[in-house]
Amino acid sequence: MQNVIEIRNMTKHYPVGTGKFTALEDINLQFGKGEFAGLVGPSGSGKTTLLNIVGTLDNQSEGEVAVLGNDIRILSSRQAADMRSEHIGFIFQTYNLLPHYTVFENVEFPLILLKYPAKKRSDLVMEVLEMVGLTDKVKSKPAKLSGGQCQRVAIARAMVKKPAILLADEPTANLDVDNSHNILQLMVKMNKEMNTSFIFSTHDEKVIRYLRRKINLLDGKVASDTEQLNNDA
Amino acid sequence: MIKFILKGLLRDKSRSLFPIITTSIGVIVTIFMYTYLKGFTEDLVNTNADFQTGHVKIVTGAYADLIEQRPNDLALIGVNDLLTEMNKQYPQIQWAERIHFGGLIDVPDKHGETKEQTYFSGMAIDLIPDDSIEHDLLQPNDSLVRGRAVSSEDEILISDELANSLSISLGDTVTLISDTMEGNMTFGNFMVVGTVRFGVTVMDRRALIADIGGVRRFLDMDDATSELLGFLPEFDDQKVDNMAADFNQKYSDNDDEFSPFMLSLLDQENLRGFFNYTNYMSSFFIAGFIMIMSIVLWNAGLMNGIRRYGEIGVRMAIGESKLHLYFAMIYEAALIGLAGTVIGTVLGLIPSYLMQEVGIDVSSALPDVGMMMSDVIRSKVTTSAYFVGFIPGLFATSLGAALAGIGILRRNTAELFEELEV
Repeated sequence: MQNVIEIRNMTKHYPVGTGKFTALEDINLQFGKGEFAGLVGPSGSGKTTLLNIVGTLDNQSEGEVAVLGNDIRILSSRQAADMRSEHIGFIFQTYNLLPHYTVFENVEFPLILLKYPAKKRSDLVMEVLEMVGLTDKVKSKPAKLSGGQCQRVAIARAMVKKPAILLADEPTANLDVDNSHNILQLMVKMNKEMNTSFIFSTHDEKVIRYLRRKINLLDGKVASDTEQLNNDA
Repeated sequence: MIKFILKGLLRDKSRSLFPIITTSIGVIVTIFMYTYLKGFTEDLVNTNADFQTGHVKIVTGAYADLIEQRPNDLALIGVNDLLTEMNKQYPQIQWAERIHFGGLIDVPDKHGETKEQTYFSGMAIDLIPDDSIEHDLLQPNDSLVRGRAVSSEDEILISDELANSLSISLGDTVTLISDTMEGNMTFGNFMVVGTVRFGVTVMDRRALIADIGGVRRFLDMDDATSELLGFLPEFDDQKVDNMAADFNQKYSDNDDEFSPFMLSLLDQENLRGFFNYTNYMSSFFIAGFIMIMSIVLWNAGLMNGIRRYGEIGVRMAIGESKLHLYFAMIYEAALIGLAGTVIGTVLGLIPSYLMQEVGIDVSSALPDVGMMMSDVIRSKVTTSAYFVGFIPGLFATSLGAALAGIGILRRNTAELFEELEV
């Protein structure tokens, strides 16, 4: 399997007063194309920090991190933004939809940044909205949608550009059981159809059930990294 | 992207309404102050030019040195030749001969004895010909309060205030006592045929207007005049300054105190200082509003940024670069500034236009003013008034957004992302 992310001997420190706090220590991980993996662990174990680093929002302190073959430490702010724009999708716990824009416009926004022509944008948006089952909500504003629908819009927004990597930070934390399962099944479906690598940060058992690979983080270190067979995925 | 930004602005009133209102108010005040200062300056220039200074004025060198005293013994002579030369040299200029003279006005009773006597401030102009330029400049006939226009050289007009204070009736003959060009005392009888009010306080107190032909005889000033005023089709400070410099180089002779000397309007009555002052004030108002509005809009931008932390964070995560985000915010501000400026310009031009057409009568507030200025203050809506608001309107909003957005540019992405609480 071709690796989309390679992490070698990676450590991340944060300055605290005159000393430093080690958030991640000696991390060695590879993520292949089409993976459906999760970083699992309690709060403070370093899940979000790791997700931010592979999402080019942050840099490691030591070691090497390559995303799609690019050493992220040498990327300029602009190059990192371009990388996110073209190849990385994000899904957040609180959806973070743009409240004054319609469902269509929210999903269209990443394509505007990519400077796609209007017709192509429209086709891609409608295609992904059909996948998430929201073609009837095209003109609705986020305030008119349920939590599950909002998260589906967020998934559509992240997937519309067909990214190589999708990073999801606690995507079901604000959803009830039914909606969580619906969302996760949708993501599994997209992962299979689009071959996008999904990496979750979670401590939600509902999510963990769906993972094909489970990476346990504890105090900033990889405690275990196991493949798991599950019927849902 | 423009369409995307516009949609956000139109739908999110809290993002656009306050900055648009602030910008509009600033632009309204800027335009009103600008047109007011323009009107005030232009009125002052025109009033002084028409009544006193011309756009340029030719006198003798010696007269120029003592111009405050109006010394007719130092008046220009050989005026006919000079006028011929001037018409040839400066065909675009219209010339008006003026003689300023003063003295006593004596009003007799029915026995011919002095009933009232006071001093007057006389101006002799070309009153009688229908095509005289003075009908456009001083407009004596339009300023008549009572009586009729002057039709012969032994008739005069006096200010209505002076006529009332001396109980002069129309048709009364008064005696003027003055001194000739050579310094001899002279007496002359003139019939008061009308009273005038020019709407210029300093003129309306003791003014006496006579035809220049009669006054030339009265003051023995044949082919002479105190001053020769020149008027361009439109006043241009740079042009008149250059013209005066060229004229003086060509015609003025330092060794001959009676050689002609040209003064530009700005060289007279301290008008240059006033002219510069109003220009500075105009720039000061615009700069002041840019500064104040920028600070207000900077603050509004910061508050708006805090409110939109989530949006900014998610846009960065989606792949918008910090620089793109920063310029999008400035662009957004410029659109707000444009809307605020257009609204402010329309709303600012309405009171300015009203002030231009109606004006405010300040004569009661200026009872003793010695300055040559109109009693009615008016604005002047010029072409530039339609555009001047765009300077503070667009600049202040963009500057405010640029200052507010610096925080985004300077912070490390990860730090910012954490602060944005995405």
